Amino acid sequence: MNRIQYLFNTKKERVLSIYFTAGFPHLEDTLPIMEAIQAGGADIIEIGVPYSDPIADGPTIQDSNQIALENGMSLKKLFEQLKGFRAKINLPVVLMGYLNPIIQYGMEEFCQKCKEVGIDGLILPDLPMQQYLDDYKEMFEKYDLFNTFLISPQTSEKRIREIDANSNGFIYMVSSHSITGAKSGISEEQVTYFERVKAMGLKNPRLIGFGISDAETFSTASQYSNGAIIGSAFIKKIKDSANLNADIQEYIKSVIQ
Amino acid sequence: MIRVDEKGFYGKFGGAYIPEMLHPNIEELRENYESIMASPDFQQEFQMLLKDYVGRPTPLYYASRLSERHGAKIYLKREDLCHTGAHKVNNTIGQILLAKRLGKKRIIAETGAGQHGVATATVCALMGMECTVYMGELDIHRQRPNVERMKILGAKVVPATSGSKTLKDATNEAMRAWINNPVDTHYIIGSVVGPHPYPEMVALFQSVISEEIKWQLQEKEGRENPDAVIACVGGGSNAAGAFYHYYDVPEVRLIAAEAGGLGVHSGKSAATTALGTPGILHGSKTILMQTEDGQVIEPHSISAGLDYPGIGPVHAHLFDIGRGEFLAVEDEDAMKAGIELSRLEGIIPAIESAHALHALNMIEFKKDDIIVVNLSGRGDKDLETYIKWGGY
Repeated sequence: MNRIQYLFNTKKERVLSIYFTAGFPHLEDTLPIMEAIQAGGADIIEIGVPYSDPIADGPTIQDSNQIALENGMSLKKLFEQLKGFRAKINLPVVLMGYLNPIIQYGMEEFCQKCKEVGIDGLILPDLPMQQYLDDYKEMFEKYDLFNTFLISPQTSEKRIREIDANSNGFIYMVSSHSITGAKSGISEEQVTYFERVKAMGLKNPRLIGFGISDAETFSTASQYSNGAIIGSAFIKKIKDSANLNADIQEYIKSVIQ
Repeated sequence: MIRVDEKGFYGKFGGAYIPEMLHPNIEELRENYESIMASPDFQQEFQMLLKDYVGRPTPLYYASRLSERHGAKIYLKREDLCHTGAHKVNNTIGQILLAKRLGKKRIIAETGAGQHGVATATVCALMGMECTVYMGELDIHRQRPNVERMKILGAKVVPATSGSKTLKDATNEAMRAWINNPVDTHYIIGSVVGPHPYPEMVALFQSVISEEIKWQLQEKEGRENPDAVIACVGGGSNAAGAFYHYYDVPEVRLIAAEAGGLGVHSGKSAATTALGTPGILHGSKTILMQTEDGQVIEPHSISAGLDYPGIGPVHAHLFDIGRGEFLAVEDEDAMKAGIELSRLEGIIPAIESAHALHALNMIEFKKDDIIVVNLSGRGDKDLETYIKWGGY
């Protein structure tokens, strides 16, 4: 069974997914960060594949992408690092990346490699649903990779239903119209949107991302969904960390309390 | 037929590879742009402004001394005489009329050299709309006069400080700004790039260039079709406009001059078709300069308007099927061609357009051949580059 499916079969509330950029702050931090995220008590690990032009990301994640590339990170390098990680990590692991580096690697080779090292799902923010259905759905299914789509406050009900019908794993709810890390805190307007989507009774679990940074925002988001995703706030925490393992665990514990 | 298909592709290139957050905006455009553009009310306002505000039709000028020098009949399509000094305004007029009809209140745009930024700030002033232009921090320093022009016109200029701080990054920032303000904002993309329907929409607004060439040539030469049309290509909007009505007339050669920079293999070039491979940039599948790992490479050109790592998907298609001939024109040769036109015809061209002029030295033609060079912009904005280069 896909680990994402297993997770949501056994845990419906306060699911915490942590995003980090592969190769940041240092090239060889990938596995140590994953281990610390697991030890801290998070539920999903989301690894960002760095890209020169991440248009859906704000300054914090852009910078981490830039530094990771300067450190020498690439998909090839990442897959080398991920070889054998399943000996230590039981959590579902999702790769988040922009299409271009993946297409250059080769989509089928990429999927094959994901399966081989033990990746459970993908978040490809610039892969639109129609293109996914036309070109990649079959391939993802062949390698048992769950595909996660994003929705935002602007997404129509009709479109949310289509996305729900074509998603497996979970739906990524962008909490406001924004790029990552742009806003913090949760407004009344956002709550209205969260409640609206909650009331739709979708078949897929929902995780709320963008603007989640601490125990309070995590708890609020969890009231209206199955949990939340933390990205920019986590990147900020590890940016200048002298003790990644301890700092990561402490941060995650402070969020889930 | 070379036209965009239902899914937004020209052959293998195009599409709309955008984050879901932009889907409603792109859908709104896609569903409405053709019907709005076809409506009599839009056409009336658009045609009036092109005529009385932009100054169209622009002349098709027979350049006799240039013709004598190169041994062919050379016509210049004088887009440099458009209001604001370049073809860019054809598109910004069209898009702002569209934005008004979609009920948008704010306009955002990206700019490299500042020509598109100025053309956008101009139409925003004309329509009384709020305008924010994203421009690479490096370009802000390189193109000071255009930055000030935008400010005089009432626009806000926001520096793009990420990546290489040039056009590519300004485009990223504009897209991010659109994601952050999707409801009341229209993004006026300045070239035939970006997600569908932008490449086709911008090409349609620029297609007035070849529409006019056809009847003007008919008047002057008794034939609509020249033997070749030459235009420079950065993203490729002036080329798309000059080629548009000749796409499906195979006897007309379509010649695209890309920026060779310091030499195609010097590591300092923007010759996309020579150096690029298929990939995705700014929302469409096209040919772009990238590393083996799919990271976008920073281009170089002496001309800020050609300093872009990709080309519009329609040009990728023209290249792919062999319909277009793509040449790489180096910095030095473009500058010399700019001086040549200044001395022979009394016209100082934009350095972008000077790339197209040098193509006259790179192709073979017969004495009676009729060649149209699209003179996309005037050289005033480039004075500092001409002075710094100094070879005159």
